[in-house]
Amino acid sequence: MSYSITEPSNGQKWIAGTLVILYAVITMIPLLWIMMTSFKTPPDSISYPPKVFYEPSLEGYVNLFTTRTRVSPEKLASLPPPANFAEEIVRNRDMVIAGPSKFGGRFLNSVIIGFGSTFLSIFLGTLAAYAFSRFKIPLADDLLFFILSTRMMPPIAVAIPIFLMYRKLGLSDTHLGMILLYTAVNISLAVWLLKGFIDEIPREYEEAALIDGYTRFQAFYKVVLPQAATGIASTAIFCLIFAWNEYAFAVLLTSGTAQTAPPFIPTIIGVGGLDWPAIAAGATLFLLPVMIFTVMLRKHLLRGITFGAVRK
Amino acid sequence: MAEVILKNLCKSFSRTKAVVDMDMTIPDGSFVVLLGPTGAGKTTTLRLISGLETIDSGEVTIDGRVVNEETPAQRDVAMVFQQYSLYPHLSVRDNLAFPLRSPILKTSNQEIERKVAEVAEKLHITSKLDNRATELSGGEMQRVSIGRALVRDPAVFLMDEPLSSLDARLRADLRIELKRIHSELGATLLYVTHDQIEAMTMATHVGVLQEGRLVQFGTPRDIYEDPESIYVASRLGLPRINILPAALFTSTSGMADTIGLRPEHVEYGVGQDASVKRVEHLGDQTRLHLDMQGYNITVLSPAGNPYSAGTTVKIQPVNPLCFDQSGNRITGRDA
Ligand SMILES: Nc1ncnc2c1ncn2[C@@H]1O[C@H](COP(=O)(O)OP(=O)(O)O)[C@@H](O)[C@H]1O
Ligand SMILES: [Mg+2]
Repeated sequence: MSYSITEPSNGQKWIAGTLVILYAVITMIPLLWIMMTSFKTPPDSISYPPKVFYEPSLEGYVNLFTTRTRVSPEKLASLPPPANFAEEIVRNRDMVIAGPSKFGGRFLNSVIIGFGSTFLSIFLGTLAAYAFSRFKIPLADDLLFFILSTRMMPPIAVAIPIFLMYRKLGLSDTHLGMILLYTAVNISLAVWLLKGFIDEIPREYEEAALIDGYTRFQAFYKVVLPQAATGIASTAIFCLIFAWNEYAFAVLLTSGTAQTAPPFIPTIIGVGGLDWPAIAAGATLFLLPVMIFTVMLRKHLLRGITFGAVRK
Repeated sequence: MAEVILKNLCKSFSRTKAVVDMDMTIPDGSFVVLLGPTGAGKTTTLRLISGLETIDSGEVTIDGRVVNEETPAQRDVAMVFQQYSLYPHLSVRDNLAFPLRSPILKTSNQEIERKVAEVAEKLHITSKLDNRATELSGGEMQRVSIGRALVRDPAVFLMDEPLSSLDARLRADLRIELKRIHSELGATLLYVTHDQIEAMTMATHVGVLQEGRLVQFGTPRDIYEDPESIYVASRLGLPRINILPAALFTSTSGMADTIGLRPEHVEYGVGQDASVKRVEHLGDQTRLHLDMQGYNITVLSPAGNPYSAGTTVKIQPVNPLCFDQSGNRITGRDA
């Protein structure tokens, strides 16, 4: 039998594979539990011992998107038959739907702020990284260090000044304010990561385009950007994950119009205790956009996350 | 097609002087090869002409126009890089069409299709047009790079060691194709290489660079037969010219300090003894490595390969090149 000394043996592959799968399963359990809880009824969600097998219910999702009021049994009997499955679920708990909850709006805020700041970080970060990579900039190294140094303290350390500043500027509880804040935090990471990726694109590509009749901006747009796609995708995911999950500033700076989902989800409280299925449903839906975004960019990500080590 | 004139061209990078006071006229329709070791300033010269580097002082004239202030796009030159000029994210077809789609040329789609097909045919890459650029072999990539220059009709083609990353056979094939393309188009070409066969077979003119200076410019034959210095003489010739003290041979006289002995300058059977240290059979030629009073001399064996290692052979220089102490040539009249 022929074998290669650099290729791991079958036994080694087996052990490595088993370890990776085991690790993946262990890290997936909490996520899986959240998803399972979101499809439980409130009694099932707090039963002891915990139920692994149960009859799935959409009650958590219904509760997540609605507000409900309790009514007397006589009133309930006098109502016309329920118009849809949501009303039916709610009436089984002696309640009626009073209106939509705030979750939809909060979720939309998260989408606007998360993707908005990611787009802005990448847009500005790519231009800055290109400039640092290609042009002779006076004090370039010092500037780059300065950009990185904004990351050296935890952002929350400047929470109070930012809070006061935002109040003065009228940016508190606005989409723009949150987009600018998350962009400011993310941009240093974006510039550094993207500079690394752009440094690896040979200059000859742009030079060839310049000679072939393109302007520098066109060369950047048509030649550099497509080749930096891998780096841009992985940087975008890092930025999105930060902005999407950020909790502390969201609690501090938003309460109404621009509140994002993370500070909102824990406030979902049912009648007589925490409504775990509704919270789990909120968490499950909250996970989806980042998951979808990551899966969409997966092809780029796998290559990008190794930071160029195994490119080409 | 156009003439290119360099006048007192200078370029320094911080402390290195890459190009020094270069004067050169590249005649319309010529195939000029720049020769010189690594670091001699060949690439910098091409980049100054194309506009990728700014000019410190001096003038570049293309087709009668001083182009110092023009952008690369405005200069109407095409350049083939040693590597990395194909865009990996595009197909071969789009790579070839890329220069035609530039805002300067704005070619119609029909015309693009026609030109791409024509060039692909010329370079035998028609079957690869729909491949991604990364799916090509080295030789095919370099053909496409050359093709990208050919789809345009530039004033001058600049090529920076375009064949150096290829294996010997491909190099030989592409050499012939390039020469053919040059004569078909009547294009002006400035070509950088280390390879003396490329220089000898393709060039109409050769420019030899030494530390940023143009030290000799002439036909390949001039450069080979009539070099102005040891440096220039060492650029061409395989095996390399043997540089020996003139005093080694009693037959050489005059003011020469050193002589340059090419294989064809050696007569066998007369003169002084040299011992054969090694015989190299290269197929089409056989080289003898001789030792004469501690000096190594590499020559070609006469027909029939009569000598073997360990034997002694008599040799005598015939019309060798003579150089003075500083390495400059002393020509027949004052030798
Ligand atoms: N961008 C640059 N920055 C600094 N030095 C350079 C640069 N480009 C070339 N040089 C220097 O200029 C000299 C000539 O280089 P080059 O033109 O590339 O030589 P060649 O192509 O003949 O090998 C070399 O000493 C090289 O180190
Ligand atoms: Mg070079």
